[in-house]
Formats: sequence, structure tokens, C-alpha cells
Amino acid sequence: MKISFPRMGNSYIGFKHLCEGLGFEVVVPPSLTQKTITYGARYSPEFACMPFKVLTGTYVEVLEKGADVIISSGGIGPCRAGFYGVLHEKILKDIGYDFKFIVVDPPMANLKDFYNNVLFLKPRNLKWGSFLKKVRTAWKMLTALDGLDMLVAQRRAYELKKGDTQKAFETAVSYIDSAETYKEVVEAETEGRKLIERVPCDETRKPLRVGIVGEIYVVIEPFMNMDIERRLGEMGVITHRSIYVTTYVRHTIWDRKAEDYIKDAARPYLKQMVGGHGINSVGETVLYGKDNYDGVVQLAPFTCIPEIVARSILPKVSRDYDIPVLTLHIDEQTGETGVQTRLEAFLDLLREKQKVLGECS
Amino acid sequence: MSQVIVGFPTTLTYYLHYPMWKVFFSELGCKVETSPMTNKKILDEGVKETVTDACVPIKLYHGHAVALKDKVDYLFIPRMVNVDSDKNITFCPKFLGLPDMIKASIPNLPKIISPSLDRKSGHYYLYKACREIGRQLEKPASLIFRAYRRAVSIQKKFEKIMVQNKLNPVEGIDYLFNSGSCSERPDADLNIAVLGYPYQIYDPYISANLMSWLENHKVRTWTMEMVDYSQLQKYSGKLKKKLFWHFSNKVVWACYHYLDQPHIDGIIHVTAFSCGPDAMVDKLVELECKQRNFPFLSLMIDEQTGEGGVTTRLEAFTDMIRYRREQQG
Ligand code: SF4
Ligand code: SF4
Repeated sequence: MKISFPRMGNSYIGFKHLCEGLGFEVVVPPSLTQKTITYGARYSPEFACMPFKVLTGTYVEVLEKGADVIISSGGIGPCRAGFYGVLHEKILKDIGYDFKFIVVDPPMANLKDFYNNVLFLKPRNLKWGSFLKKVRTAWKMLTALDGLDMLVAQRRAYELKKGDTQKAFETAVSYIDSAETYKEVVEAETEGRKLIERVPCDETRKPLRVGIVGEIYVVIEPFMNMDIERRLGEMGVITHRSIYVTTYVRHTIWDRKAEDYIKDAARPYLKQMVGGHGINSVGETVLYGKDNYDGVVQLAPFTCIPEIVARSILPKVSRDYDIPVLTLHIDEQTGETGVQTRLEAFLDLLREKQKVLGECS
Repeated sequence: MSQVIVGFPTTLTYYLHYPMWKVFFSELGCKVETSPMTNKKILDEGVKETVTDACVPIKLYHGHAVALKDKVDYLFIPRMVNVDSDKNITFCPKFLGLPDMIKASIPNLPKIISPSLDRKSGHYYLYKACREIGRQLEKPASLIFRAYRRAVSIQKKFEKIMVQNKLNPVEGIDYLFNSGSCSERPDADLNIAVLGYPYQIYDPYISANLMSWLENHKVRTWTMEMVDYSQLQKYSGKLKKKLFWHFSNKVVWACYHYLDQPHIDGIIHVTAFSCGPDAMVDKLVELECKQRNFPFLSLMIDEQTGEGGVTTRLEAFTDMIRYRREQQG
């Protein structure tokens, strides 16, 4: 049995360790490339959302590499993602692949299914205690990876030599990848953070601050968003986002009130949950506005329904809080140059605004 | 005091709930003003007010709202949240956020009436919505209650006559408020199930007159409103998971239903350009028909669809079915 799963940022490292630790052979999902997108577009409905297509592409790639079990996450919607699994399975089987597809829904959606899925993953002879320990280590890995991500988003804007922070980050990630036990993960994280903090910096800079909002997959996976956080960081901008793999899991499963403040912030503009991260995009933009951020970038897969709703509303938020919002559509044609040009123009606008404000006060 | 005028855009929920709201507002002493049937001007206005990758129906809705806004005291935009017994079935996010989108995009709006229809809020959710509207219009409780009762009863009648007399919503509305009878059907030698969201199929402008073309070419059309909802729900276990959207489920279940009806010769699925849910629905319906080797046509409609393109495809499709039938003797 060879297990595989979708790729989302660096989270694959945590999942890989977990599955290997449980004794499975793992087909690591390859980093996303144009090939993934081509496969994805070929086998997915034309107007499927980008994340759906990329997952289709990834699944084809791992099946080609011999995976025969795919684990993916479900969701209780109400958006298309909750239904991805059903359709992916039908499409891939229609192409002719034979495999077992496991969709892990949050336990409160269907407790029995969740339990069965856990049983499938837990080898019979492994004690529950050791099983939980392995899950705990993997979870720690995931939070450590997210922590590094958050740290570099803060640090890049200060680096003296462009790209140094990224190099340190990559090394730090590899530390975590090579850890085995819980203790080693903690050590790797500490070392990694030190490494990043030691990158030579100019602390006197006053970088712009930009919030990143949008649909979860394109926010988290750098390939989808042209590595926007790194790009902005190296253009001298501090970025902030609220969506990370571990916060998402936590907020969907056990800490379900954690995002209430975002929804409250959105309420004057959008009174209803609209699935996906639509209401978050609105609420977070309000909060960035209140927090005097310089701007917000909304990342929206083409035809993403909740983000279309959000985008119809964002101009009003932008006016009310005087915070510029740039929407980047992500589709098969999204290219680096286009994104770069639009970001540069956007930053010019923000700097101009900063200057004017500076002169006034 | 002159009569209060409530504007009701002739699209989206019009085809689902118009009779109910028409009666409710009339009973409250208001006049219900509907927007004209979709035309070029409405479409253009809608396109102007909306983000580019919105689907045609939502663009249209904006256009209809613009057409009404200066003529009415209130604009009625119900927020459709949940009307199914299954609380996980909701509506497309664009329905969920509709009042907010309209408010954020169209300037100088009249007052908005936007009750939430949310069955999760309790058994009397519809009454609650009605009460909220009645209060907003400052009507006495007794009047609201009576209006609510009449509204519910006409809605039931509406749904019943569509099933019993095999009418589509446009014919059903006509039956209730104008003619009181069904018109004669032209002769037909083909029976085709036309599936899709009512606000696309029955809007002649946007569907490029699809329905009348079929009726004029000896095709009898069958739609999802003609099947009792409980009948459709029998198919809800066919997929591992139900879809999250009311109309989409209906389309998929109606597909299963009509595939089981021996008199049906083919299925047409009408989808809107860049409709989110339809990307999934269309594939499901297509795979299902493919598996059963059943004649299937997917028709995508956008703001540029001309009648020409649609008719060519309909011709080819109906010819193919007739030819197939001849071959099989
Ligand atoms: S949130 Fe957007 S990208 Fe995600 S499933 Fe929904 S439509 Fe697709
Ligand atoms: S279901 Fe499709 S056509 Fe209807 S509003 Fe949603 S996206 Fe538009």
C-alpha cells in the first residue's frame, strides 16, 4: 500500500512523517509545476475552481507514481471543496485509475466515518498511546512549519541582502524535515528560528504592512500565488495572513469560536456566512483597516464563489477604511510577470499614500 | 397615503417563490412591481454593476434591481439560507450574500426588505420571515398572520399544479394569476428533460429562447419542477454526499429521476458561464448519462450567447436522437 495526499505549502513534511511513522510507504506529492496544472485542466470541468484542478493534477501525478491510497480532507461546506472528494473519485476512476480514496471529514460532520478513517490509519499492533504520540509529533511539526512561515513574513523586509532570509528559511525547514521525535522537532524549530533571526538586517527601516486575505488553498500554497509573501517581502513589505494549515484545522475542529471576531468585523458588510473564506476576507480587511495596515491583497481563484461575493463588497470596505485592496485572480494563465507588475504598481500607490499621510501629520 | 410599492426582480427566486410573495404583499396592502422580462438594457446594467467573473444570473439580478430601484419604495431581496429539511443544504454563496452584494454595489437604492429564509431558525421560519417584513412595513400582527396563511396556501397550490399538470414555473404563475387554465401543448414526438436552474431555463432572453425552440420543434420538455420534491429526494442517497446547494441537488436528483423514466429520450443540462456549482453538477450529470449511454447535451450560456449557436446545437442533438431511434427501429 502506497499512501499519498495533496500538497499545500510545506505541510506535506508533517503528513509524510506521520504516514511513514505509522509504517506506510509514502508517495510524496511532487511540488506543483506547470505539468500539474496541465493535467488538472485536462481532466477537470472547465469552470471548476483552481484548487480543484490542481488537486486533480496532483492526484494524477501521484497515481502515476504508484500511489494506491489517497487521503484528502473534506469539509462541511458550504462550498465546492466539501464535494471535491466525491467528484475527484468519479473523475479519476472514469479515467481508469484504481485506488482507494479516503476523505477525512471533520469529526463533527460524521463521527463514525472519522473513527473508521482513524482506524484505517492506525496499524492494529500499534498501541493507542503510541499512535497518539505520533500524531502529536506530526502536529508539532506542522505548527513549527507554520511558525517559521509567520516569522519570515515579518523578517524579509529588513534583510540587508535580498534572498538571505529565504535561504535561512529553507534550511530551517530542512531541519524540521530531518527531525524524528517530538523533542527533535522542538530543537529543530528553535535552531531554525535562530538561524532566521540571525540574518543581517537593517532594523531602522519602516516597511509597509500588507494583509493577505482570500481562499485558503491559494493563500497557503506559494506556487498558486506566485510566492506572493516572499515576493512582497523581498520588495520590502511585511505581510500578515490569518490562514495557516494548523490554524484552519484548529478552528474547524476544536477551537470553533476562534474566528468569531473576524465574523463580527464583517457583519456591517456581510451578514451571512457564504462558505469558503468569503466572510473572512471581508472581516479581515476590516480588521487590517482598523489596524492601520497600508493595504490588503485578496487572492481569489477564478470563479471562486465566496471570493466573488467578498470582492463585490470589498470596494465599500476599502472606501470606508481608506485601505487600498488589490485583488489577484488565480487561474491557469496567471503568470509571474503579470503579478509582479501589478504588485509594483500597488506598492507605488501605497508608498505614495504613506508619503502624503506622513506630510500631513 | 398612497399604496406602498414593493419591487420584485423577475429572476432568481422569482421562479421559486413569486406566488407566495405576491400574495403576501398584496394581502398587506402593498403593490408588487416586477421588473420587465430580461432585455439587453437590463443585462448591460447588470454587467456594469458586477465584478467580471460573476455568473450571468447574478449580473442579471443586479440589472433587474437597477431597473426597479427608482420605481419602488422598497426592494425585496430575500436572503435564501436553507429551505430543505436537511440543514446542510443551503444555497449558492451568491444567494447567501445577495442583499449585501447589492447594497455594496448599487448606489441610491430604495429601502431594502431582506428577510432570511432559514429553516434552521425553527419550524416557523417562514412565519418569522413574514413577521419581520410585516413589522418593517408597520402592519398589524393579525393582518400579517392572515397574509402569511394565504401566502403559504397559494405557494402549496403553485407547487401542486406544476406537478399535477406538468407545468413549468412560468406556466404555473400564469395559471394562478392570469388564465386559470393550461394552454394546449403542441404535438411532440420527442420527450426531453431540460435540467438546470429555473432562473436560466425560463428566462427566454438569457436561454436564447431554448424552451420555445424545443416546443416548436416537436419536443415536449420536462423539468424538475414537474416532479414532486419528495419524489426527487428519493434519489438523495445516490451520491456519497449531498451537494450543498438547493437548486443543484434538485438538478442532480431530477437527472436520476428522468433517467429512470422510460418515456424520456434525452437530457439537456443548461449551465451558466462561470457558475461555480455547475462545474460540479454538469460533470456529475455527464458522467451519469455516459455510464448509461444516454443522450446528453450540455449547453453553456453566457452574456454573448446568440440564438444561432444554441439552435445549431439543439438541432444536432434532436436529430441525433431521432436518427438513433430510427436505427433501433
Ligand atoms: S472557496 Fe472557492 S476555491 Fe474553494 S471550493 Fe469554494 S469556490 Fe472553490
Ligand atoms: S448557482 Fe451558479 S448561476 Fe446560480 S447564482 Fe450561483 S454561481 Fe450563479
